[in-house]
Amino acid sequence: MTSLLKIFDVAASAMTAQSQRLNVVASNLANADSATGPDGKAYKARQVVFSTQSLGSPEIAGVRVTGVIEDPSPMKRLFEPSHPMADPSGYVTMPNVNVVEEMVNMISASRAYQNNVEAMNTAKTLLAKTLTIGQ
Amino acid sequence: MNKLDELLNFNHQALNLRALRQQVLASNIANADTPGYRARDFDFRSALATATAQPAAGAAPAPAAQPELLYRSVIQPAIDANTVDMDVERAQFAENTVHYEAGITMLTHQIRMMLAAIQG
Repeated sequence: MTSLLKIFDVAASAMTAQSQRLNVVASNLANADSATGPDGKAYKARQVVFSTQSLGSPEIAGVRVTGVIEDPSPMKRLFEPSHPMADPSGYVTMPNVNVVEEMVNMISASRAYQNNVEAMNTAKTLLAKTLTIGQ
Repeated sequence: MNKLDELLNFNHQALNLRALRQQVLASNIANADTPGYRARDFDFRSALATATAQPAAGAAPAPAAQPELLYRSVIQPAIDANTVDMDVERAQFAENTVHYEAGITMLTHQIRMMLAAIQG
């Protein structure tokens, strides 16, 4: 039985995944200058990993966040001898957050979210129309 | 299959396939950022022809077969092997929506026609 109702599951899974991505972007941007954290080390940028999630039948594929990984790119090094976190040679290790990349990520996540809202709204309209068959 | 079923069958099958296609396209839109995901679709014409094929006289009607899902040929592949082109998917999604609504309108009118014939 095919049903338009499954579209809600598909779009909802994508919206959850995209909002999680947006969350990670917000966290990265907020911590772009956090030279130290609870473990005493500089913040490391995080990235979400998306994968396809099967929702029952082969033609229906949702999205799932399989994990949040730490960005492997090298940390930034700033020469700031007066900084309390500076090492003996005067360098401070700063987060490896690339602000430009994060902004692009944010826009992409927001657009993808909007697309899925649109798909969900369309499915809703179609279901409402289906209920009027024969009237 | 009686006459009434026969009359409504075509639009019934068409609407079912349109709903399925809507799901496939929604999956493509949902997976626009999934690495390695390949956009899918099916050939509506052949799927509808298969679904509405008349079973041989006396034979039981065949169970509804799922249309064969194909992979969309890609114009601008992404570096992460994802082949969802959002413009194409959105356009197809909108087109499919209109067709679904058209199917509903047709079905409604067929039902009204039958009611008129019954009630006189």
